[in-house]
Amino acid sequence: MNGQPLNGGDTSGGPENGVRADGTRTRTLTREQLVESAGALLAAGHRLALVAGHDDGDDLRVVYLFTRAADDEAPAGLRTELSVVVPRADAWVPSLAAVSFSAGRFERALRDQFGIEPAGHPRPRRLVHHAHWPDDWYPMRHDAGDEPRFAPDTSSFAFVPVEGAGVYEIPVGPVHAGMIEPGHFRFSVVGETIVRMKARLWFVHRGMEKLFEGRTPEQGVELAEKISGDTSVGHALTYARAVEAALDLPVPEADVLVRALLLELERVHNHVSDIGAICNDVGFGIVHQHTQRLREQLLRTNREVTGHRLARGAIGIGGARLQALPDVAALQEVGERVRELVQVALDSSVLVDRFTGTAVLRADQAAEMGVLGYVARASGLDVDARRDHPWVDLGPSFTVPTGGTGDVLARFTQRVEELAVSVAVVAHLVERLDGRLGTGPLAQVPVGSGTGSAFVEAWRGTACHRVEIADGRLRRVSVADPSFFTWPALPVALADTIVPDFPLANKSFNQSYAGNDL
Amino acid sequence: MSAAPVATGLGTALVLAVQVSVAVGLAPVVAGLTRQSRARLEGRAGAGVLQPWRDLRKLVAKRPVRAAGTSWVTLVAPLALLVSSLLLAALVPLVATLAPALVPGDLFVVVSVLLLGTVALALLGLDAGSAFGGMGSSRHMMVAALVEPTVLVAVYALSIPVGSSALGLIVSARRDDPSSIASPAGVLAVVALVVVVLAETGRLPIDNPSTHLELTMIHEAMVLETSGRDLAWVELGSWLRLTVLLGLVGNLLLPWGVATTADVGAVALGVLAAVVKVSALAVLLGAAEVTMAKLRLFRVPELLAGSFVLAFLAVTASYLVA
Repeated sequence: MNGQPLNGGDTSGGPENGVRADGTRTRTLTREQLVESAGALLAAGHRLALVAGHDDGDDLRVVYLFTRAADDEAPAGLRTELSVVVPRADAWVPSLAAVSFSAGRFERALRDQFGIEPAGHPRPRRLVHHAHWPDDWYPMRHDAGDEPRFAPDTSSFAFVPVEGAGVYEIPVGPVHAGMIEPGHFRFSVVGETIVRMKARLWFVHRGMEKLFEGRTPEQGVELAEKISGDTSVGHALTYARAVEAALDLPVPEADVLVRALLLELERVHNHVSDIGAICNDVGFGIVHQHTQRLREQLLRTNREVTGHRLARGAIGIGGARLQALPDVAALQEVGERVRELVQVALDSSVLVDRFTGTAVLRADQAAEMGVLGYVARASGLDVDARRDHPWVDLGPSFTVPTGGTGDVLARFTQRVEELAVSVAVVAHLVERLDGRLGTGPLAQVPVGSGTGSAFVEAWRGTACHRVEIADGRLRRVSVADPSFFTWPALPVALADTIVPDFPLANKSFNQSYAGNDL
Repeated sequence: MSAAPVATGLGTALVLAVQVSVAVGLAPVVAGLTRQSRARLEGRAGAGVLQPWRDLRKLVAKRPVRAAGTSWVTLVAPLALLVSSLLLAALVPLVATLAPALVPGDLFVVVSVLLLGTVALALLGLDAGSAFGGMGSSRHMMVAALVEPTVLVAVYALSIPVGSSALGLIVSARRDDPSSIASPAGVLAVVALVVVVLAETGRLPIDNPSTHLELTMIHEAMVLETSGRDLAWVELGSWLRLTVLLGLVGNLLLPWGVATTADVGAVALGVLAAVVKVSALAVLLGAAEVTMAKLRLFRVPELLAGSFVLAFLAVTASYLVA
């Protein structure tokens, strides 16, 4: 691939082949070439990180972003973008569903939002749009016009009927008894054993990607923070880094460290919360109560450190700034308390019995579906963007623990181990910051044009943003939350699980609805 | 003194009226005590011991909303559960060991009345036709089928030394001969009984009364479609069952203070003793739940089979040892 012409000045993600300033290789293909090129990249160890449609006026364009983890050969990781131009009047792309599971899902979203048909897709059903959306209205096209009148949701949710003696269906949600996000689940059950489960999401589809369009890069930050509330830092950071890549903006060293610090603080408060919540789902409420208390303490730390409980507003384009450095001793104390609570939990034989062997996601299944984050690592996949797409040195205490058994217990202990690593990393970063609070975002983001992408290991897994900026305005921001990749693995893990164990399995995955639905 | 003295019909009726009123008054407090003790031990403030009373008052004032397509079962089942629980409160020696003249406080009668409420609740769960209700009812009946034999066998083991299956007589006999409380048969039977009381009243580790997860529920799943006054009756009926069964366990373990005559002083002491014993057990129940996780559904039969074995051993022991 070294033979490709270099033109670092490529700014639009446009038709020419080359390498961008951030090292991304870009290739423009015809539709006929796509399947072969994508297959070659996948065979060479890449994964599909994002598929984004674009409306360029006369034509539509689909960009496939592939990425490969850092290794000796490429210490910063590899990124390759394949672009395919699609005539508006003949909008189709060859489906990659046969070579990549996640591509098949991206293509269904592309079909709903851009009206680009994935030719040869095994199941070209709607994904993002529920049945009340009109058939021929594609909101991401520029000429979509105003929101149409929604028809009543007449067609019932198509799910695979399971037939046989004693099979019955349990519909659950989207409104649940607890305070959780909306998702509809259909279980086909024999007795108490789940034969098949289908999830219907996109009840909180807000059109995030559309909302970015036309904003200035600075105005995009607050939107990125709201992609998924518990991943405010993760998405804000991914977005800011993508913009910086697009405009080739430098970030001072202290600000880089501050960003890494905030990312770990977010991981800590979410993992603490999850550890308790998983225990609560087997009725072991005391651990939950105490982790809630610790989480509250962590959120207050966030407020002291950034002025916002979810650390919103600290990260901007070109930098990040804190109001104060976090108290490392207090954080280590929280880590210690959590360790004790985990010990209390694991001393309960009933709890261990409930966790062990429940909702197993095997490594081969996880790999095939492109699962990310702690779910992948608990199944034994060694993926972590902090190491695979490094942008900051996290110090000697940074390791990537990987479990192996892929059951609820593995996902529980995975969080416990990651929490310990994050606490150590925060201590290291605070030491290196040595009182510096960061210089803060740029007062004025230079008006420019460009294309850039970024990968950040948010607490749930690798978040990916790709931005195209034209004359100081966001032309397109495409977002892939890790939940988009990991959600489909939940039904797979549920094979042979009993119905009363579903909430536990679901909690151990704890994927974002808002991040997935965008 | 080998048998409880037979009081006059009017006296017995009055004492039983007192016993039932005490049970009704105490039932929401028992629920409140278990929740509150659990809350305090978990480090929460808790809603207070009287919260279930407030809930009940609120629910009674509300018109029930019944799901479309429900039959008379939805109308009748909450009342059937409540009535069966009230009957249970009259039959089980809580304040006094006096037996009503018409219906004996016999072990078999008690279990039948218990089952009446169980079936009413299961039918209520099925009637609305929702998947959750059906799921809850099916699990509830599975638990009930495993619980009822254990109750029978456990109380049978207790009845062997007394030579009568009347609960009042069993309690009096244990008070007169405290050594029988600590006998192998007595201990085994009470332990077995405690496990089935937990199962019958939907407590941890069999069911989680404080869960919001529809798919894991047993008791709560059956009452998901119930609201307003109907829900008030179901809740009161369920709390009454818990109160009465805790009272039975309390009186089997510590049979002192129970009134054996219709004498005003004895009854007053009986009321006080019952309140203290039941409250203490409720607090203990809440405290125990803090340390417990919920069993996987398919482990529940193993636990209940274990308690059946204990009850069976109790029967064997009472023949061999006594």
